[in-house]
Amino acid sequence: MKKIISLLLTLMLTASLCACGGGSDTPADSSSEENKAEAASTGAEGDADYSKVKIGFICLHDENSTYDLNFINGAKEACEKLGVDYVLKTNVPEGQECYETAADLADAGCTIVFADSFGHEDFMIEAAKEYPDVEFCHATGTKAHTEGLANFHNAFASIYEGRYLAGIAAGMKLNEMIEAGTIKEDEAKIGYVGAFTYAEVISGYTSFFLGARSVCPTATMDVTFTGSWYDETAEKEGANKLIDGGCKLISQHADSMGAPTACENAGIPNVSYNGSTESACPNTFIVSSRIDWAPYFEYIMTCQAAGEAIAADYTGDLSTGSVVLTDLGTAAAEGTAEAIETAKAELEAGTLHVFDTETFTVDGAKLDSYMADVDTDPNYEGDHEAIVDGYFAESAEGFRSAPYFNLNIDGITLLDQKF
Amino acid sequence: MNNRNHEPLFHISKRDALPWQKAWAIRGAAILAALVVCGVITMMTTGDNPISIYKTIFLGAFGSARKSWVTCQNISILLIISLALTPAFKMRFWNIGGEGQVLMGGLGAAACMICLGDKIPGPLLIALMVVSSLAAGAIWGLIPALFKAKWNTNETLATLMMNYIAIQLVAYYIIKWEVPKGSGKIGIINQSTNAGWLPQLFGMKYLLPIVVAAVVTVLIYIYLNYSKQGYEISVVGESENTARYVGIKVETVIIRTMLISGALCGLAGLLLVGGINHTITTTITDGQGFTAVMVSWMAKFNPFAMIFTSFLIILLSRGAGEISTAFGLNQSFADIITGIILFFIIGCEFFITYKISFRKKAGKEENV
Repeated sequence: MKKIISLLLTLMLTASLCACGGGSDTPADSSSEENKAEAASTGAEGDADYSKVKIGFICLHDENSTYDLNFINGAKEACEKLGVDYVLKTNVPEGQECYETAADLADAGCTIVFADSFGHEDFMIEAAKEYPDVEFCHATGTKAHTEGLANFHNAFASIYEGRYLAGIAAGMKLNEMIEAGTIKEDEAKIGYVGAFTYAEVISGYTSFFLGARSVCPTATMDVTFTGSWYDETAEKEGANKLIDGGCKLISQHADSMGAPTACENAGIPNVSYNGSTESACPNTFIVSSRIDWAPYFEYIMTCQAAGEAIAADYTGDLSTGSVVLTDLGTAAAEGTAEAIETAKAELEAGTLHVFDTETFTVDGAKLDSYMADVDTDPNYEGDHEAIVDGYFAESAEGFRSAPYFNLNIDGITLLDQKF
Repeated sequence: MNNRNHEPLFHISKRDALPWQKAWAIRGAAILAALVVCGVITMMTTGDNPISIYKTIFLGAFGSARKSWVTCQNISILLIISLALTPAFKMRFWNIGGEGQVLMGGLGAAACMICLGDKIPGPLLIALMVVSSLAAGAIWGLIPALFKAKWNTNETLATLMMNYIAIQLVAYYIIKWEVPKGSGKIGIINQSTNAGWLPQLFGMKYLLPIVVAAVVTVLIYIYLNYSKQGYEISVVGESENTARYVGIKVETVIIRTMLISGALCGLAGLLLVGGINHTITTTITDGQGFTAVMVSWMAKFNPFAMIFTSFLIILLSRGAGEISTAFGLNQSFADIITGIILFFIIGCEFFITYKISFRKKAGKEENV
């Protein structure tokens, strides 16, 4: 009896296996044919020069992180536009695995390898030394201009301009609250959740604050740090701490939904980063600035296709379409769109500078000279004069693409500096 | 029908020891069943062919010479950590602090590389790194052992909590040593001078951890099976009272074994920091201190069987990464597959140890 049952079971299992096998064959075949057809059509349409380009992307996390999603979207957009083959590697930590993944991509025939996280840099340099014929591009890094490798490049964008414009939206919102009488003029305090006391973050919140103060002169700002680029709980707690401390508007430079969610729960307006958070926070979302990486990806692929050298440092800006703002949320104040447009035109024309030394003071004094630490060396000493023509030249030509503004200006209070 | 007392549908009883062929047949069947279930789930969720998924897993681990080397290197590290934990487990001392012990070993090595990198000659620096890594790991194992030996505290909680202390310590030193200031990253240590980088064996980049793992495997096998101390460990593991009765100093055995366990974890940390990553992060162990618990148990504390179990885990995790790239699936899908396979493998041990007897139908007992 038992034997018969077990025999039956075995037969059923085998039958189901066969069924599985049979069922899977057909869709797999048809899909591969579709792929071939697709490949053939893109090959026919695409420029012939791009056929030799193959690009590999290394991401620290996957689509669930707003930071990485922003890169992935840009990568897909650029590659589809140019008809270039790409490989996407997600969840690559900032260790030797980054080197292995980069080398793997080079082995697999990629002619460009791109990594998106700051901590990937050293490992990309190691891979770049080993594969001189492959271009290695790295976002947010600081070493390309001093490393002296022809095939290693840094990229960033003048996101401080985007932050400044987003700051204007914040200032307009504060003005609206003052006019409505919900807060007094001297209560216009902004809260900011930052990741580390790193130049990129400092440059970000300072430009945001200067943007806000350009329209709301009584604005002040409190900043707290989480010590992590992605820590949903800490970011949420940080935002709540700021709200309890009397902040009327929150912005953040960290990659989770922690701060926007806390704002939505508390009914406090929020200026976001990396992309729109409107779907999750419909009542409090004002605007978000982000870097659009597609122009840079197009740039490096076009350089290679045309046989031109890629710049060691590339800084995308408003004119290249690298620095963009999302659509305004319903929480934005009236007239915000116009105010942003005006400032944007002035920034592009060069008549307005974000870090104009007339608009801020450090320790009560105007800044006439500042040696910025542009070259990454163990000394942490200023090596470049950054005050040019009455403004602080951030991410400028001849310096490097990654931000180096790290001054504490008056009006901004750092609640903690442990990170 | 005449029997009104309900006998349960089935009952579970302990088996006598199974002949090894039969035990391995059950294990083989479990792996097959796991693959079938994975295949069905893959089909249902993605419509992809399960065979191509398995092929991708294999290619992810052995698709190129570099991939094969990295796979072997990862197996070696996991194997060393598993071997490190094994003496403690055999003594029934639940050391789940591998994570922290490895991190402390790594921290010891990183400290030497950063603070002494350009001050002392290379061979001396490496010797110092070895000593400090092993010592740091050993101390991290010693602390819970002392508490267990003196006051019989719960070692599971103690070793677990030591992990968190180690993570916080590493986080503290990362901020102390970060480059550039404020970034929260150390980056590659001594990238230009290569000071304190462990040497490459025969010019092959990935060989050193593999050789170390092979040596440690043999040594641990001999230590556990052919040494007096190894015998003492198994006696303490079977029954502390028996051990006391035959004159074994249980406290000494506990402390000595945890020193060895911690020092070997420190060795893994040394290889991770000095030999492979050349940097330190709080996530450098990547949960392997916990994975090693499973590797050790699945191999029934047999060092040579651990080669196979750590191979299996690394194969799955490397293949899983490849799946998410090749099929555009999320990393989570790969985790699901790994989870199913491990569930079956661990679950089948139940059927090796116990047998299930179904209720016999009344009146038909003789026929079955």
